[in-house]
Amino acid sequence: MIWTLALPELVLAVSGLVILAAGVIPKRDTFFPVSMACVGALLLTAVLVLGQGDGTALSGHYVSDAFSGYMKFLALAAAAVGILLSLDYNEKEGLARFEFPILMLFATLGMMVMISANDLLSLYIGLELLSLPLYVIAAFNRDSGRSAEAGLKYFVLGALASGLLLYGTTLVYGFAGTTNFDRLGEAFSALEGVSPGVVVGVVFVITGLAFKVSAVPFHMWTPDVYEGAPTPVTAFFASAPKVAAIALLARVLLGPFGDLVGQWSQVITLISLGSMILGGFAAIGQRNLKRLMAYSSIGHVGYALMGLAVGTDIGLRGLLVYMAIYVFMNLGTFAVLVSMRRQGRAVEGVDDLAGLGRTDPVTAMWMAVFMFSMAGIPPLAGFFGKLYVFLAAVQAGYWTLAVVGVLTSVVSAYYYLRIVKVMYFDAPAGSLDRAPSSLTLVMAGTGLFTVLFALWPAPMLAAAQAAAAALLG
Amino acid sequence: MFVGAIFFPLLGACISGFLGRWIGDRAAQWSTVACMVLAAICGSAAFGQVALGGHPLVQLIWTWMDVGGLEVSWALRYDTLSVVMVAMVTFISTLIHLYSVGYMSHDATPARFFAYLSLFTFMMLMLVTADNLAQLFFGWEGVGLASYLLIGYWYDRESANRAAMKAFIVNRVGDVFFMLGLALTFYIFGSIEFATIFPAVEAHAADRFLGIPAIELIGVLLFLGACGKSAQLGLHTWLPDAMEGPTPVSALIHAATMVTAGVFLVCRMSPLMEYAPVALTVVTVVGASTAFFAATIGCVQNDIKRVIAYSTCSQLGYMFFAAGVGAYQVAMFHLFTHAFFKALLFLGAGSVIHAMSDEQDIRRMGGIWTKIPVTYAVMWIGNLALAGIPFFAGYYSKDAILEAAYAAGGGAAAYAWVLGMAAAFLTAFYSWRLLILTFHGEPRADHHVMEHVHESPLVMLIPLIVLAAGAVLTGYLFAPLFIGEHAHEFWHEAIFNGPHNHILHEMHEVPHWVPLAPTVMGVAGIALAYVMYMAMPALPARLARMFSARPEMVRNLPLIPAEGAEQQTEPNPGGLYGFLLKKWYFDELYDAIFVRPARRLANVFWKVGDAQIIDGMPNGAGSLAVEASRGAVRLQTGRVANYAFAMIIGLVVFVSLFLFVG
Repeated sequence: MIWTLALPELVLAVSGLVILAAGVIPKRDTFFPVSMACVGALLLTAVLVLGQGDGTALSGHYVSDAFSGYMKFLALAAAAVGILLSLDYNEKEGLARFEFPILMLFATLGMMVMISANDLLSLYIGLELLSLPLYVIAAFNRDSGRSAEAGLKYFVLGALASGLLLYGTTLVYGFAGTTNFDRLGEAFSALEGVSPGVVVGVVFVITGLAFKVSAVPFHMWTPDVYEGAPTPVTAFFASAPKVAAIALLARVLLGPFGDLVGQWSQVITLISLGSMILGGFAAIGQRNLKRLMAYSSIGHVGYALMGLAVGTDIGLRGLLVYMAIYVFMNLGTFAVLVSMRRQGRAVEGVDDLAGLGRTDPVTAMWMAVFMFSMAGIPPLAGFFGKLYVFLAAVQAGYWTLAVVGVLTSVVSAYYYLRIVKVMYFDAPAGSLDRAPSSLTLVMAGTGLFTVLFALWPAPMLAAAQAAAAALLG
Repeated sequence: MFVGAIFFPLLGACISGFLGRWIGDRAAQWSTVACMVLAAICGSAAFGQVALGGHPLVQLIWTWMDVGGLEVSWALRYDTLSVVMVAMVTFISTLIHLYSVGYMSHDATPARFFAYLSLFTFMMLMLVTADNLAQLFFGWEGVGLASYLLIGYWYDRESANRAAMKAFIVNRVGDVFFMLGLALTFYIFGSIEFATIFPAVEAHAADRFLGIPAIELIGVLLFLGACGKSAQLGLHTWLPDAMEGPTPVSALIHAATMVTAGVFLVCRMSPLMEYAPVALTVVTVVGASTAFFAATIGCVQNDIKRVIAYSTCSQLGYMFFAAGVGAYQVAMFHLFTHAFFKALLFLGAGSVIHAMSDEQDIRRMGGIWTKIPVTYAVMWIGNLALAGIPFFAGYYSKDAILEAAYAAGGGAAAYAWVLGMAAAFLTAFYSWRLLILTFHGEPRADHHVMEHVHESPLVMLIPLIVLAAGAVLTGYLFAPLFIGEHAHEFWHEAIFNGPHNHILHEMHEVPHWVPLAPTVMGVAGIALAYVMYMAMPALPARLARMFSARPEMVRNLPLIPAEGAEQQTEPNPGGLYGFLLKKWYFDELYDAIFVRPARRLANVFWKVGDAQIIDGMPNGAGSLAVEASRGAVRLQTGRVANYAFAMIIGLVVFVSLFLFVG
């Protein structure tokens, strides 16, 4: 039992417990130091992830390779930024309790377990470890009815999804006799024809994971939860867990079920099409920015899944690049959303951005960068993300996906550009409060990444290439 | 020197156009005049060296385009043909720049005006010195542009804008044919360089294109292009309207230079035209018809500039049929002399208009000859030259044209000669009608205007006097060179006469009465004008009534200016008189055939094609997207049970898909 391979997870878990203990003891408010400690723990873990070797551990339940490294790094970075986003917001909204960053830390630990899962059971454990803290922080603003509603909805539907996933696991185990990914892979490659039971089990597993990435038709919770949850929580929801769930989906489908690609590819194609179309159209009428971003994230998941539906290494590389770019521009956008306050009160309507180009040109500029990037306008990063997945779809002959993708990105450009129009051409609706420095830092960092990605895409492409190669062998 | 003659005007245009705002109007005006003077000096020197000294040359500037088999350079081709034009254009343009300094002194933006004027001169020079058809076309379009800008110079007047657009659009019609001719030339010869085309014409004489002899087709197409620029019958309608521009513009562009570009083109293409007898016949017939047709209209027009405009149209007809019978040298000679006396007439008319407080209707003039004696004198000289009275410039050239037409023989040439003689008579008649109505008789203007009648300033009179000298002398001085005994040495190889074309020689051996006949016609026309407008002033109106369908509409002379109504629409009395007054109904015809159907079609395209179909598609897609959005949002009920139901349904769909389809 080579438990040292799982060092990053162990370090993160131990630091979480230590920070929790340290946060309970003092009488005074420990929100800020605990948050900082959590960010530090996440960064330390990220460093450890970079130095992690390849191999399996813990009786084959745990795997570490370039793919897991890439995804974990992304998830850790997203989680750290998520905590940064909450610093100022929670102070002002009276949510500055030290449990908050610790819950996010444990959620992140769950993600890492998911990403490194090499067994349907460790997958399930990771998923639950992720979900439970998320249910809590969605309802973290206990005095707000909307927040409580969001938490409850998420919990009920999440429980349903978990149940489906577990049921799928049992089906697979029943028909294949194992839950270990490596042995499942061997079993399927040896099998003459696939038994319907396994197929149904795979669909159930896909359903459970598609719920987490909020892909159509398992997306219904997203707009309500995104709107109701506190904005930093929404930012967190829309970034790190998506990375983990997508990673898991890719690992499960391309790993043990890789030989069934002809079968699940159709399902993923349908999910991708549905997500792109819904994400493109449903956001048009939205007046609430968080709801709009919920539909936007559904659409982006659709584009990313296009890379998975293709099932080739180019498609997988496109998916990985897409997720990285999406996470950064999404966090940047949410940094702007979190910063939106008028006379100390948080606002989240599209119209509240009116005239921002004049009242706060810097924030407006970053927001415009993120919106253009989300719409996929060159030379911003979002364009390249779409480019790689479309390229993969076209090369593999998935014309429907590519054509629908292009058309829906035109449709979605409408609501992204409308925000730019509102900021620059509408009469100011009164100036917003100055953004705190933690948020401007996030905006500038992610914004620069979005703008400058076109100049140095090579390192990320190389990392994604290596990760894809690790998964597809 | 050769480059300077062409590019000094461009320099002037740039200075005035781009820097006029900083250096002030006066500096801008005089800098263009200075540039033009330099250009005129260069042009005259070039004339001396190339035409008189006999040293044609080609000055290469740079390669313009090199695409596949098509190589086009910017090069200045200086042979006698082009140097005649260069000298004439720079000289007259200089005088007109000078005149404009006075004429435009009350204008708000003279710098812009002078920039356009110099730009036009540059484009015209580019046209005439072109070494290939593409460069010629560049100049061709350039003068069209400058003409458009100058006609519409007073852009706050609606009529000026309309006239400018009309000129541009009608010219574009001609340009289409020019471009077709250019393309066909490249297709047949594989080149558009004159130096390559001309020697190859004989080898390609039998080529056919779509069953039509190719050379003939090129000739006709290029001539149709020339028709647009030179206002020949059918495409002439823009020229009279172009008089909306300031008078110096009319003098420079619409009398002396640009409109002669078509004649120049035909002469330039003489090596090709000589192998296209049918095309030449077309040229002859159209030219002669225009000469006669425009002269008839000139007899009844009442706007001083329009009369001269129709006269220009008519004289261009002369030039064309001269070229049509093979006497290119004679056509160029008439072009050359005409430039002087027609510029003189226009500038004289401008001086009259200036004196009469911008009145242009000759029915409201009269009795002013003692008040503006210099203008009166130069108008006499101009008209004598135009009517072809002996020893004035027009006499030499117009007589030569008619002699050539007589000598050429054949049906088309005979037609041209008859119409040419008739036109000569009419020319003299309308010239003197103009002269008498403008300067003699009882003053018909109101006394405010009459009190202000004054001679123009010196800066305007000097060009008039110089041009008057030209109108007297150019015929006598240059006839021996252009069409006389020295013609061969003068023209060198610039104009090509086919092996059977001895027209230059034959035209000197016509019967003795032939050279006399135009003079007789001219004198008769003058006499008739005197009888009708001086001796019996009531006669014209009676004649007009006699030939009208609705005589009561013809108004008596002295015309009483209607109070308050500045520009009344002229009633149409119908009949022959109305036919002439309405310019053979060409405008009405075109309006009915082209303009109104085109507008109707455009309306259909706009209302149905654009507003409904083209706009409809994005609008429809937009509203569809909004509908789709509403539908998608309606699914979002907010109830957990519904959400869970959707998940289960999705699951069921996927499972069935797996089991039954996959």
